[in-house]
Amino acid sequence: MKRKHLLGLQELSKEEINTILDIARPMRDIIMRDIKKVPTLRGKTVATLFYEPSTRTRSSFELAAKFLSADTLSINVGSSSVQKGESLIDTIRTLEAMGVEIIAVRHQQSGVPKFISLNTKMSVINAGDGFHEHPTQALLDLFTIKQKLDKIEGLKVAIIGDIYHSRVARSNIWGLIKLGAEVTVCGPPSLIPVEIEKFGVKVEINLQRTLEWADVVNVLRIQRERQDAGYLTTLDEYRDWYGLTQEKLEKLKGKKLLILHPGPMNRGVEIDDYVADGPNAVVNEQVTNGVAVRMAVLYLLAGGNESGNVD
Amino acid sequence: MGMLIKNGNVVMVEDGKISKMDVLIDKGIIAEISPEINRNDVEVIDIEEKFLIPGLIDMHVHFRDPGYTHKEDIHSGSKAALAGGFTGVLMMPNTDPPPDNATVVYYWKEKSKNIPLNILFSGCITKGRAGKELSKLHELKEAGVVAITDDGNWVANGAVFRHAMEYAAALDLLVITHAEEPTIANRGVINEGYWSTVLGLRGIPKAAENVAIYRDIEIAKITGAKLHVAHLSTAEGVRLVAAAKKLGLKVTAEVTPYHLVLTDEALAGYDTNLKVNPPLREAEEQKALLKGLLEGVIDVIATDHAPHASYEKNVEFNDAPFGMEGLETAFPVLYTELVLTKKITLEKLLLKMTVNPAKILQLPKQGDIKKGNYANLTIIDPKLTLKVSEELLVGKSKNNPFLGKTLTGWPVMTIYQGIVAYQRLLKGVQ
Repeated sequence: MKRKHLLGLQELSKEEINTILDIARPMRDIIMRDIKKVPTLRGKTVATLFYEPSTRTRSSFELAAKFLSADTLSINVGSSSVQKGESLIDTIRTLEAMGVEIIAVRHQQSGVPKFISLNTKMSVINAGDGFHEHPTQALLDLFTIKQKLDKIEGLKVAIIGDIYHSRVARSNIWGLIKLGAEVTVCGPPSLIPVEIEKFGVKVEINLQRTLEWADVVNVLRIQRERQDAGYLTTLDEYRDWYGLTQEKLEKLKGKKLLILHPGPMNRGVEIDDYVADGPNAVVNEQVTNGVAVRMAVLYLLAGGNESGNVD
Repeated sequence: MGMLIKNGNVVMVEDGKISKMDVLIDKGIIAEISPEINRNDVEVIDIEEKFLIPGLIDMHVHFRDPGYTHKEDIHSGSKAALAGGFTGVLMMPNTDPPPDNATVVYYWKEKSKNIPLNILFSGCITKGRAGKELSKLHELKEAGVVAITDDGNWVANGAVFRHAMEYAAALDLLVITHAEEPTIANRGVINEGYWSTVLGLRGIPKAAENVAIYRDIEIAKITGAKLHVAHLSTAEGVRLVAAAKKLGLKVTAEVTPYHLVLTDEALAGYDTNLKVNPPLREAEEQKALLKGLLEGVIDVIATDHAPHASYEKNVEFNDAPFGMEGLETAFPVLYTELVLTKKITLEKLLLKMTVNPAKILQLPKQGDIKKGNYANLTIIDPKLTLKVSEELLVGKSKNNPFLGKTLTGWPVMTIYQGIVAYQRLLKGVQ
């Protein structure tokens, strides 16, 4: 991969996505070992700079870097000079001056990783920006689907929930379409962004119909604040109409359906307990695969070769 | 003291003619226009068939003075205007303090009195541009403002706006509207469409602009006041203005150079220099704007010159302020993108940048090259090609959307009332 930054799946080719997924496989083997450590990134420094709270993505990046023997630095925005009003660009210059080589950035505003990439020599990984993209989440979703169903091409994948505010949805759509899946987005009409059809997806308002159609569903987290902002009628109506409930699954009469959720889950709102812990859900595998995919991304951005001989 | 400009391709805008002429200036006035004038008692310059055009007039500039002089001030803004070939500008009132009474207008007059540029003033419609109570409109008129506007803030309260329009009609003040219904715009930062969805940025629907224009035209209908719609960006806006004109209402409209040549697709890299309000729209809207311009629905091209410091623009997209600076590149951008591509003739383009704004602002003896008019003239070198760079721009701020672009047709000299107010220092220009 001849790329310095990973800013989104929109800009990646099918081949690049497949390369990352291929490299993630041996990386996953490393995680399964007793001694989870290879020297691949020894001497490199990887920083995570998170402007939004996150447990799993941040830990996942840090573990991925540590398993590859990189030194890691985690900038806690709450206690850094950001609180003193330092501009983003000055924070970035500071990290660069300290010798950080790869930075994973999470920011509440769309476009921040791109902005940083234009202003630094470091490699920038988008760890989620606003409603724009969350490429490593989509990569781990793709990896998990492929692991479970052996393919992506030709699959019918539904993305359910708050599409408008979802970077996970956008990255998944780009990735799935490039790899040949059919994609339907399903959610409340107020949370379907304009002209989403131009991405090459179908829009469906009826969840039951969507579930009958799909091989895979990716259930998005719904933020409770969306109700105050007027996007939702009520949360219980949301559950009834767009929540992945046990009743809706029962109506499928045993049809196979792979269920993903990027977490953290609002149990009882977008997904029922039963479903989240049921046999079709692969939420915990997604987390494991997230580390593997991020190892692959770090490895490739640091200049690793595509044969994947990481030891 | 006079001046003879020889061998110019003189653009007489209202007549729609370009012809090789000599122009004699005497006491700041155009004294004679003839195929051949020979004088040896005045300064003679031979412009070797460059274009001699009327000084450009920009109805929409932000000089940021007082209050934001780290972005621009009256002196730096005037330098930028003159370098762009402008001899007249209308300053917007979003200053701090804003001109909701005569005090700021007196400050402006004092600060601009020795600047060789016709600097015109607008006042606020409401106190503090807050949309609640009317400004001292009589006082502003007496102090010399030619227009009132709350600039970036649309006066959402219909009763307040109606009463403002009633005063404006009685006082012969132009009302300029930044048409944007705020609850529909709903904190958007770029045009709502495919690109807002791709980029994950909040969109500003075209409906926000259309609804506001419709309301404003209806109030103009009740009050008979003169309404000028700033920076049109939608096809529906063009249609609404056309319909108002058909009814005989005193409604005029402007468009900016960047809405005519850029679309929202350009935002794909999150360049905050392209963040502007109203936002860049789709190609379809742009086509309608150009059509409206050609058909006379849109009267004026105005820059909406909106300078911002680089540290203000070089930040996260949502945090960056709206606005592009553009006085210095307006003409070359339009010449390169519209005239050289034959989308519009030079004469017609200039109609929108000289004669029409002079009429709307009621500026006597300005806006065209005519015997007896002020000698406000600009020389354009149609062969001069320059790359836009921060070093090239003389204004205080560099938030120009065309940085890095190569443009043709630059102003090389600007003459204000017979005095050379700007000269581009380049080889081959006398």
